[in-house]
Amino acid sequence: MVSGLHKSYGSTHALDGLDLEVATGEVHGFLGPNGAGKSTTIRVLLGLLRGDAGDVSLLGGDPWHDAAKLHRRLAYVPGDVNLWPNLTGGEVIDLLGRLRGGLDEKKRDDLLRRFDLDPTKKGRTYSKGNRQKVALVAALASDVELLILDEPTSGLDPLMEEVFRQVIEEERARDGDRTVLLSSHILSEVEALCDRVSIIRRGKVVETGTLSDLRHLTRTSIHAELTASPNGLAQLPGVHDLDVEGNRVRCEVDTAQLDAVMRQLSASGIKSLVAQPPTLEELFLRHYDGDLEPEAAVR
Amino acid sequence: MNDFVGTGTLVRLALRRDRILIPIWIVVFVMSAAGSAKASIDLYSDQNALVEAARTSNASPALVSLYGRIFDESSLGEVSLFKLTAFGALLVGLLGGMLVVRHSRSEEESGRLELLSAGVLGRYAALAAALIVSGATAIVLGLLTALSLMGSGLDTKGSFAFGLMWAAAGLAFAGVGAVTAQVTESARAANGLTAIVLGVSYVLRAIGDSSADGSTQWVSWLSPIGWSQQVRAYAGDRWVVLLLPVVFLALMVAAAIALIQRRDVGAGLVRPRPGPPRGAASLRSPLALAWRLHRGSLFAWGFGFLLLGLLVGNIASNVDGFVTSDSAKEMVQKLGGVEGITDAFLATELGIMGLLASAFGIQAALRLRSEETALRAEPLLATGVTRAQWLGSHVVMALFGTAVLILVAGLGSGVSSGASLGNMGRQVPRMLAGAAVQLPAIWLVTGLVVLLFGLAPKLVTGGWALYGLFLLIGQFGELFNLPQWMIDLSPYGHTPRLPGGEFSATPVLWLTAIAAALTLTGFVTFRRRDIG
Repeated sequence: MVSGLHKSYGSTHALDGLDLEVATGEVHGFLGPNGAGKSTTIRVLLGLLRGDAGDVSLLGGDPWHDAAKLHRRLAYVPGDVNLWPNLTGGEVIDLLGRLRGGLDEKKRDDLLRRFDLDPTKKGRTYSKGNRQKVALVAALASDVELLILDEPTSGLDPLMEEVFRQVIEEERARDGDRTVLLSSHILSEVEALCDRVSIIRRGKVVETGTLSDLRHLTRTSIHAELTASPNGLAQLPGVHDLDVEGNRVRCEVDTAQLDAVMRQLSASGIKSLVAQPPTLEELFLRHYDGDLEPEAAVR
Repeated sequence: MNDFVGTGTLVRLALRRDRILIPIWIVVFVMSAAGSAKASIDLYSDQNALVEAARTSNASPALVSLYGRIFDESSLGEVSLFKLTAFGALLVGLLGGMLVVRHSRSEEESGRLELLSAGVLGRYAALAAALIVSGATAIVLGLLTALSLMGSGLDTKGSFAFGLMWAAAGLAFAGVGAVTAQVTESARAANGLTAIVLGVSYVLRAIGDSSADGSTQWVSWLSPIGWSQQVRAYAGDRWVVLLLPVVFLALMVAAAIALIQRRDVGAGLVRPRPGPPRGAASLRSPLALAWRLHRGSLFAWGFGFLLLGLLVGNIASNVDGFVTSDSAKEMVQKLGGVEGITDAFLATELGIMGLLASAFGIQAALRLRSEETALRAEPLLATGVTRAQWLGSHVVMALFGTAVLILVAGLGSGVSSGASLGNMGRQVPRMLAGAAVQLPAIWLVTGLVVLLFGLAPKLVTGGWALYGLFLLIGQFGELFNLPQWMIDLSPYGHTPRLPGGEFSATPVLWLTAIAAALTLTGFVTFRRRDIG
């Protein structure tokens, strides 16, 4: 989809050789803190910005030259939704849908109901969350090949976040020709919804793969109570932060070395065991730990 | 006093935000007053020439309805500044009203005020701060103007009367802004309401001034701008009249406070009603959306233009009432008799309406930029809409809207002047033609905005600056003895003066060609640039 993309504003390099590939039919998470370049990438993909260098292709076309033609096949939800003050939400949904080439009436009504959105209110009277819902309904009710969602749940309450997740799950369950690019800084959302994830940092994609691929690169944390004091754990490769207190053991284990460590532990007799799988959060922290400004959105 | 807690902080914040804007406005006003005085003093070294100029002006219905009467034809100060009395008061009033809206309603609409209200902030603090900033600006502007006029060599008393008269106009319309800011939820609508009040005030005083037999002179007293004229700076200096705008301000502030007590933060007095849950079947193109966005303001402007046209046409039938003195009669003969002078009056008024219609065009074209920066262009451009279609939708509204406005004004003035002169069949087409020839210059100015939008979007509000420059060149170019090439820069100077004048196609075609070139370049450059 994108390779070696560069984009700079004056002296700031917003994108610094970004590569991103999204396969047809998958839900792809695009993960990174504020200011990492997610929105810039998306806006290049939409032909709103022109990259300084690199190749970009979208649905088999050039997003800059074939913008309007390609846009009929996709729907976009911006991170910051502003509506026209004197148009109602319903009017905006219909307008955007028609400009895209039509929307599914049944789905429109269903989504309005599920998102609990009043379509008769004027744009200026909606709260941020409700403006976001208007854009979501307009996009999700369109029958398009590609959904580009830029932090789509910002401003939604937890109940509505759940509705959003369900809707995306349903999309994923459908016969797999609908592709979703979901940018987010909310890890649990990406973890719950995405088939593959790309992590962006300072205008570069630093990690990309399926969640299980990525998990492989992380550590599982283990708390165990043994019948005897453990031997030889410290000598095993892939064991970190080992903390032994009598018969209790805490450690972090490289997921690839899990098998060897478990054998060693069970040799000492396991009374109780808690193993925590790696979360995306840890993965994320590994890439951002300590080298970013404090506003990096790590929750 | 709890209701006013935090006013000081807000005043400092407002002054910090406007630390460039306010001084620039003040300098522009002070310089135009001083420059106008200086140029006139040089021009009228001879007392007879002064009186002659004053008489000519008072005998011209176009000038009287536009600027007002000269009360003392032998007063150097008044003759120098009469063009800036009512007109200047209008602009100072605009500044005063907009500053109040900017620091009260705009802040509330954007939600910034809510952020501050969560801290310690009294209920009236925002309005009080806005009024203090606006009032102080008006007073400083007035005093500096007075000093600069004295510096140009005019007498002290008159100079202070003039400066304070301007300040008082600023105060009066600050009061209007305080009320409109409570009535509507959007700053745009509040500014629109203020502008309507300003327009009505200006028209009321024009009616009063144009009264040939004095029977409708009292109408001027209904208008805050009429009060500014009645201060009669350099022609008697009636200080008492200055109390009128001050009392008016107090009443307006009392009304605004009463309104604040009845509403919630963020709400206006006019509550928005729910609208249709579905988009009308016609709402399916960028042009349909642009029509929705512009139609409200186009209807309001169109109504104003129709009234203005009817009024102007009506005044035209009284033209011979102005011609009373012998010297004026002689002059009228030179200018081609009563019909000649009526036509000249109507042509001037159509020119003014062309200037006003351009303001609509600029504002409509600037909508492009505000849609872009408010991130409302992005979702549209992410659909099947091409950039040219989106840009075109607003450009069409600007071009079409200005055409509607000027033609409505032409029609109105044609009908009313035709009815009173008894030759409707001739007058209507003449006035429509006179209105239509204004369009190329109007479209050229709109084209400049489109070009800036494509080429240098951050500078797009420079469109107003260019417009202001053209206005100044037109109003004062000859007075300031500017070189001809500079005077020629203003597109309005090339518009044929119809009815009555000679029509020549060359300048009209040139203006149209330049307007088209500017607009097209705007399209091409917009297609190549980044959005946002």
